[in-house]
Amino acid sequence: MGITLSRAAQWTTASSNIGKLEFTPMNELLLKEILSFVEEFSSQHPQQAEHVFKEPLQWTTTLVASDFKTDYDISDSVVQSQEKDSEGHPLLLLSPPNVYVRSFSQLCKLVHLTNDKKLEEVRACLEDNRNPVVKVLGPSFAAELEGDNQDETRLFAKVKEEEEHKDTDDKVKLFLLLQNLDKQLLIKLLHEISQQVELNPAAVKNEVEMLKRSCGNGESRLLKSIQYTSDYEFSNGCRAPPWRQVHGEICYLVIEPCDSETLYITCSTAGVFLNRGEENDYERTSDTYEDLVSLLKSKSPQFAKNINKQDCAVQELPSTQKIQHVESVDAEEQGQPQRSYEQQEKNVHEKARQQHTANKAGGKMKYEPCPRWKDLGLKCLHSEVHCFCSWLLFSKTSAGALPVEVFSESSTESEEEEEQPERRPESNTDLPSEYWHIQKLVKYIKGGDQRFTVLTLCTLMDFNLMQETCQLAIRDVGGLEVLINLLDTNEVKCKIGSLKILRKISSSVQIRRAIVEMGGLQSIVKIVDSEEEELMALAAETIAIVARFPKARRTVRQYGGIKKLVKLLDCVSNLANLSVRQEKDVEIARCGTLALWSCSKSTRNKDAIRKAGGIPLLGRLLKSPHESMLIPVVGTLQECASEESYRIAIQTEGMIKDLVKILGSDNDELQMHCASAIFKCAEDKQTRDLVREYKGLQLLVSLLSKADNKHLLAAATGAIWKCSISMENVAKFGEYNALEVLVNLLTDQPEEVLVNVVGAVGEFAQIPENKATIRRCGGIKPLVNLLTGTNQALLVNVTKAVGACATDMDNMVIIDQLDGVRLVWSLLKNPSADVQSSAAWALCPCINNAKDAGEMVRSLVGGLELIVNLLKSTNNEVLASICATIAKIAKDKENLAVLTDHGVVPLLAKLTNTTDDRLRRHLAEAIGHCCMWGSNKALFGEAGAVAPLVCYLKSKDSSVHQSTAMALYQLSKDPNNCITMHEKGVVKPLIHIMGSDEEMLQEAAAGCVRNIRLLALANRKVQLFY
Amino acid sequence: MSELSAMNRKKIQSLADKLSKHVNHFSKTEIECLICDFNVLLREQINPGKANGLDRQNFRSILYNKFGMSDAIIMDAVFRTFDTDVDSFISVKEWIEGLSVFLRGTLDEKIKFCFQVYDSNGDNYITKEEMFHMLRNSLIQLPNDEDPEEGVKDMVEITLKRMDYDHDGKVSLADFDKAVREENLLLEAFGTCLPDRKSIRGFEQQVFQHQLEK
Repeated sequence: MGITLSRAAQWTTASSNIGKLEFTPMNELLLKEILSFVEEFSSQHPQQAEHVFKEPLQWTTTLVASDFKTDYDISDSVVQSQEKDSEGHPLLLLSPPNVYVRSFSQLCKLVHLTNDKKLEEVRACLEDNRNPVVKVLGPSFAAELEGDNQDETRLFAKVKEEEEHKDTDDKVKLFLLLQNLDKQLLIKLLHEISQQVELNPAAVKNEVEMLKRSCGNGESRLLKSIQYTSDYEFSNGCRAPPWRQVHGEICYLVIEPCDSETLYITCSTAGVFLNRGEENDYERTSDTYEDLVSLLKSKSPQFAKNINKQDCAVQELPSTQKIQHVESVDAEEQGQPQRSYEQQEKNVHEKARQQHTANKAGGKMKYEPCPRWKDLGLKCLHSEVHCFCSWLLFSKTSAGALPVEVFSESSTESEEEEEQPERRPESNTDLPSEYWHIQKLVKYIKGGDQRFTVLTLCTLMDFNLMQETCQLAIRDVGGLEVLINLLDTNEVKCKIGSLKILRKISSSVQIRRAIVEMGGLQSIVKIVDSEEEELMALAAETIAIVARFPKARRTVRQYGGIKKLVKLLDCVSNLANLSVRQEKDVEIARCGTLALWSCSKSTRNKDAIRKAGGIPLLGRLLKSPHESMLIPVVGTLQECASEESYRIAIQTEGMIKDLVKILGSDNDELQMHCASAIFKCAEDKQTRDLVREYKGLQLLVSLLSKADNKHLLAAATGAIWKCSISMENVAKFGEYNALEVLVNLLTDQPEEVLVNVVGAVGEFAQIPENKATIRRCGGIKPLVNLLTGTNQALLVNVTKAVGACATDMDNMVIIDQLDGVRLVWSLLKNPSADVQSSAAWALCPCINNAKDAGEMVRSLVGGLELIVNLLKSTNNEVLASICATIAKIAKDKENLAVLTDHGVVPLLAKLTNTTDDRLRRHLAEAIGHCCMWGSNKALFGEAGAVAPLVCYLKSKDSSVHQSTAMALYQLSKDPNNCITMHEKGVVKPLIHIMGSDEEMLQEAAAGCVRNIRLLALANRKVQLFY
Repeated sequence: MSELSAMNRKKIQSLADKLSKHVNHFSKTEIECLICDFNVLLREQINPGKANGLDRQNFRSILYNKFGMSDAIIMDAVFRTFDTDVDSFISVKEWIEGLSVFLRGTLDEKIKFCFQVYDSNGDNYITKEEMFHMLRNSLIQLPNDEDPEEGVKDMVEITLKRMDYDHDGKVSLADFDKAVREENLLLEAFGTCLPDRKSIRGFEQQVFQHQLEK
């Protein structure tokens, strides 16, 4: 008892003598063991029971005089036992609140008297007698018990030597009994600990139950309330939903302490911690505690106080264990997640050793929840410790995967029930009856003939197959295999029944995946070209549902499904008046299209559909008068229109006309798919013209009134955007006041709508009168506001629109007032090259049209440096736009000086080797403008920019010629440059350019030639006169 | 020979005329073909001449050979349904009227036909006992040595509960009709009593085309 009590029991304070036993499950186990030892002592060892203790065990009891019956002398509140020791002291004395006991037999009787408070008494006794062995046997024995050397004969000698007592034998026996108890207690505790070092559902449940009993009213209550978040308990004891169980979480609790805020707690196998308390957010927000009590102790002072008093009315504590060392393991894992197995193994042993030595040295490791048993374990029970270590190893090697392993283990235990409860959704507490019913039916299908199978399938169809419970039940009892097997039989009716069920249960993602895993999709694909119409339709319909993830779509293609499905589309050519029989064919075609629609989400399938000749067939079905047919057809087309080949085909097969016609239907979904097909196809100019020709523009504008349907709105605005790339269309849109409506859509819309609306506004603003319209409708402000967004596609469009608006002086005033230039400028910092270039392009008109542009640019701190740095970009579009911007900025001399200081000249010179005409044009322009400052002309020459520029004149792009000629003119003002130019043969192309129609160009070319000529003349003069 | 056939031809034509008034799904020519075929079948009868029709045994062998049916109980029931005048022989009229539904019946006609087949005692109800009788051997074996008969009983209970909309403990034609319309698979719930698409096509091809060639 000695070692156990001093080391294994968990005392509240480290210092001895005044501590209390902690309120923990392990102590509870200890107390119970000791109690049963005491209770049975009298009957098992009657002789030793009579042995009188060296000193009485004394403690504060709850017993009162009235609790004692015969065999006791009772006077007032004092009770004395009739049995006395040799010196006449009573073996039991009660003078409330204290009780004195001097033998095990009395102890035993007393315990029997206390009825329901046995544990309390034992606890009190042990707390008040921190070293009972000393009191029972005397200090020398106690020392012996603690020691390692336990030689019986030596004991006898010692006893005889020290005590001349006649019952020496009894004393020794008693000593041995106590020693034995001590050992057994240790083994028991260690065993428990080593078996379950982590929290398990049972432990949590017990602890919660325990705490529940201590809730309520009154001073001494521990908590106001404690509740699970879910009433449903899975058969493995967890209450967390299965997907959280995978993370090792057991349950969630809501605890109201008496003195602090409500606590939201997650209990997991790794320990107990606080969570955010929001639904579906169980992430850890606090430290992990080993159990609920310790968490509550740290969070609620009153709880800590009351539980330490231990005066709560808890009778029975669960015999469960706490986690040990989990914290330390955690710390390791978090610190070094990427560790090899060997390293981990080594570390575990090392840690164990470290802790051991630390304990021996009397030091206290930082993370060491329970050094007591650890120390003991290593000392006496190596095998147990080994067990524990191997567990640690397990937990560490599998790191994150651990909880899964643990749970899969527990589910194998319950395999007899043939169910895996972790997958069951919480809400369905009525599962069992359906589950068993379905299991029976599946058995019937296996054993029945065709008739019986069909009857059974019909019965199965009566279940609510859209419900997850039924779906998973079918899968879990092996129903999927059976249903899939039926598909490979020759029984048409069985196949129909099976498909009818599969079609429905495939609404579940898990089922879809399972079907594909089992090869069921192949069987379904096989059925697509069977001869039975009903089967074909069902098979296609099922494919439409199953093929909602990439692997399934791939499977369909790989087993020739696309070809077969495309064949289904080939029904009657005239879809207007159908016979009954033709209607059936059309229905099959519809199912086939549904399947193709699902399949068309992957690029390869799009190709496969095209190769199988699907496009003209889809085109034919596009003429169907039925919406149910049109939706999948248009859906497939718009899905496929992401491919160039489809866009061309849609146009050349004359589908635009049909699409525009369908746009006029009044089905939102259909209109949406149609608009989005036009959205994708209108990248092509001819398509845009066709849309206008078939009067689709008006229809598109009318769709804008359905602003509540955001998907429709996004598709419609997208189509308008792309169509407005053609200026004829913009003019046409003007007739329908599209711009006014669009400007109104610039606020309070989701991003996918905004991107398109802004894109359209940007295109509209290419026409001068529309710029005024935008201003008049108050569109500038929302546009500028959108500059602060984060969506890159949106920013590209917004900057473009702002740039287009800024070409109007009146608009520019507003943009300036709204600080729009600064906002655009700061977008140059955006990581996306598209946004950078678009912003830079937008800056050009801004700088051009702003009042006092030079001052404005200077006011942007760091702005010029940012621009110069962007010349280091690798994206040609960015470079071109920045060059264009630099050309605008450089018109202001002061700013040009700053640009020069930031080293714009060498950076520009470095770029001159490019072959990109767009960049060449703007680069030459920038160089031309930058020549205007200081010695920049010469610097460009030194940096080798002149020679490549001369080459630009060979470019086929006339706009390149223009800016190059201007730049060369500026550069030619430096004599060295003239020499270089002349060497590179600049004169001939320049003379050619002089013949251009454009005056500026003529002038620049002529000026350049003149400069060269002047230099040559001067040279001649020098040669002549000197 | 040609004289005889001319004679026959006239007879057949007048018979076809008469029959075409009762039969919806065959054209007159088709009926003529069917009459000729019937005559052939009669001649092929193992025990010919006794009566003006197919007897049960012959009828069963036709169902087996031409329509792939094999369940004796159902075949007898089909014979009973064809044999509208209950004289244990299928006359040419009964034959062609029967085939009209058998080969080309509408859903309504088929429902009625199947119901008659399954209603073995002709009391206009399919009872639990009739169902059990028809399904008796349909559950072949179950794992764990469970009694298949129990399974059949269970399924009969389930099916009866499902079809018995008016809760009188038996299935009337109205019940059956409603159930089949809800779930077409229930049309031949208690046994295949209609030919499948393939054998229909085979039969029609053989009878009609063969005759036309003549």
